[in-house]
Amino acid sequence: MEKINVVNLTKIFGSHQEKALRLLDKGISKDEIFNKTGQIVGLADINFTISQGEILVVMGLSGSGKSTLIRCINRLVEPSKGQVFINGTDISTLDRNALLELRRQKFGMVFQHFALFPHRNVLDNVAFGLEIQRMDEELRYEKARSALKLVGLEDWEVAKPSQLSGGMQQRVGLARALAVEPDILLMDEAFSALDPLIRGDMQNELLTLQARMHKTILFITHDLDEALKIGNRVVLMKDGQIVQIGTPEEIVLSPANEYVQKFIENVDKSKILTARSILISTDIIASPTDSPQAIFTNMQDNCLTRILVVKSDNTLLGTVSMEGIQIAISRNEQTIANLIETDVPTATINDSLKILISILAEWRWQLPIVNEQHKLLGIVNHHNVLAALK
Amino acid sequence: MEDIPKLPLDHWIDDGLDFLTDNFSFLTKIVSRHLEDGIDHIVEGLMYFPPWVMIIIFALIAWRLASYKMGIFTVLGLSLLWNLRLWESTMETLTLVIVATFIAILIAIPTGILAAVSKLANRIIMPLMDLMQTMPAFVYLIPAIPFFGLGTVSAIFSTVIFAMPPTIRLTCLGIKQVSPELVEAADAFGSTKTQKLFKVQLPLAIPTIMAGINQTIMLALSMVVIAAMIGAGGLGGEVWTAIQRLKPGMGFQAGIAIVILAIILDRITQKIGRGRVA
Repeated sequence: MEKINVVNLTKIFGSHQEKALRLLDKGISKDEIFNKTGQIVGLADINFTISQGEILVVMGLSGSGKSTLIRCINRLVEPSKGQVFINGTDISTLDRNALLELRRQKFGMVFQHFALFPHRNVLDNVAFGLEIQRMDEELRYEKARSALKLVGLEDWEVAKPSQLSGGMQQRVGLARALAVEPDILLMDEAFSALDPLIRGDMQNELLTLQARMHKTILFITHDLDEALKIGNRVVLMKDGQIVQIGTPEEIVLSPANEYVQKFIENVDKSKILTARSILISTDIIASPTDSPQAIFTNMQDNCLTRILVVKSDNTLLGTVSMEGIQIAISRNEQTIANLIETDVPTATINDSLKILISILAEWRWQLPIVNEQHKLLGIVNHHNVLAALK
Repeated sequence: MEDIPKLPLDHWIDDGLDFLTDNFSFLTKIVSRHLEDGIDHIVEGLMYFPPWVMIIIFALIAWRLASYKMGIFTVLGLSLLWNLRLWESTMETLTLVIVATFIAILIAIPTGILAAVSKLANRIIMPLMDLMQTMPAFVYLIPAIPFFGLGTVSAIFSTVIFAMPPTIRLTCLGIKQVSPELVEAADAFGSTKTQKLFKVQLPLAIPTIMAGINQTIMLALSMVVIAAMIGAGGLGGEVWTAIQRLKPGMGFQAGIAIVILAIILDRITQKIGRGRVA
């Protein structure tokens, strides 16, 4: 289900927007428009959707328009052209009161420099959104306390923000956004001001919270590693335009242009790529009903020392080794039922290369990839893992 | 230049003021009478207790709000004033300053808020304040008399006008310098303008506003001597008498009293302002 739908969103900064919009329609570049009209193009023709429960990360360097974009979603910045639909409602049609109501009910926003109110203690900061909704004090504090508990700061209610570390301050910022129980979380460079270690912790914590809460999250960052780590999909922006939209894997595997290519050069691909993208299907398998002699021939033809045993419904049973087959033949056994070694390691298609590598390091043979029902989907081997990381 | 007839600016102003006096002085005279009564009551109240009781009360206030050193200074300073037989004049002056400051704040803070939130209001208020601050303070005394008559109320009227601008300016500044990110946070959670003002902007502007109030008090105190010329009495009256009789000793004595009062008021209000920052 589409939660947020952004259609042809354009933002011009300046007092003669019409002129700039006309030039933009003619396909004239941002720099040229600035030189001709003095108008700054903040966003040019942005289109994307965010589904319920999805984390969409908008990644771009400073000046790419990402901060403007997130502010157009709750109309802190008025778009010059185009629409933003929240749950199907075009928010540019809302009057002042309806807009305030929308901000109160639907959105929770987290800011880069935390934006905590220094004159309020932690609890009153977290309760701020509820106070604005004119919720009565008892209920407001109850909800604020449970939000604080979510981020693990329940013992800090009466502290002032200035007494907390950066990481803790941003937890308060997150709790403040969560306290209003919003559908949508807007996170503007939420972790960018934190130390790398704390940042990593906060990213993990956000993912843990998200696994429980299933919010729709629009996350802005200038850090590609962060974008690829937490985003279900990533929007890459440059000069107010979208360069590429895709899953982290799609972006790493097929960058849209040189600009993206340059970005992903230093990315640790082993964390992003999964078995899905390097999986190879195999038809060199044995059935548990095959005779040892047939399997022996099959293995010899393919120069194998070991073979996967798969039932006719594709369920992986295990492997048999060449030695096992030879013994069975010498004993003149008719089935391989007793030979199947079931201790073969497996992985799923969503496992990252990093996980595959740690399994392959211990396992000298190819690694079968299975689904939840333990049905064989394909294999990965040492060679194609290395090739993907090249 | 001699050929061009003189602009009758002075006549215009006189005519304008005459019009206002003719039509509104009955009103201002009523206000004046009540205010004068009120002020007399305050002075009587302050004089009701023996000076040593008041000195202890003032010292306690200075100690709690500023520091124990300020408490000691208050005891010594006010005891000196008592000894110099200036107690009643000091209480009169203190009342005048407090009442004038109170009225000034009552007008200045809403005006400052208006100047901060409305560009149009800002464009009108700021030049007016330049006028109020640079106009020689004596000038305000002249029209005050037809409206409020000779005495304390006229003095308070001109003091309010003279002392108001710092609080207006610093209220406006205090609100404007609240970090844009905090204002944005208030907006993002759906605050109305009023909620934003009272829950975020004003609380954060308090230290700056207090600095303005401190300045207003100091200006009010500096105005009391000038106001003595239209019969405000108090320590300013002592100085004024000393000038007329050419008695330097008497003049300095009252001058020192004003300085002591100024130091006490300044330190106490400064500390209130700073205390809020943390």
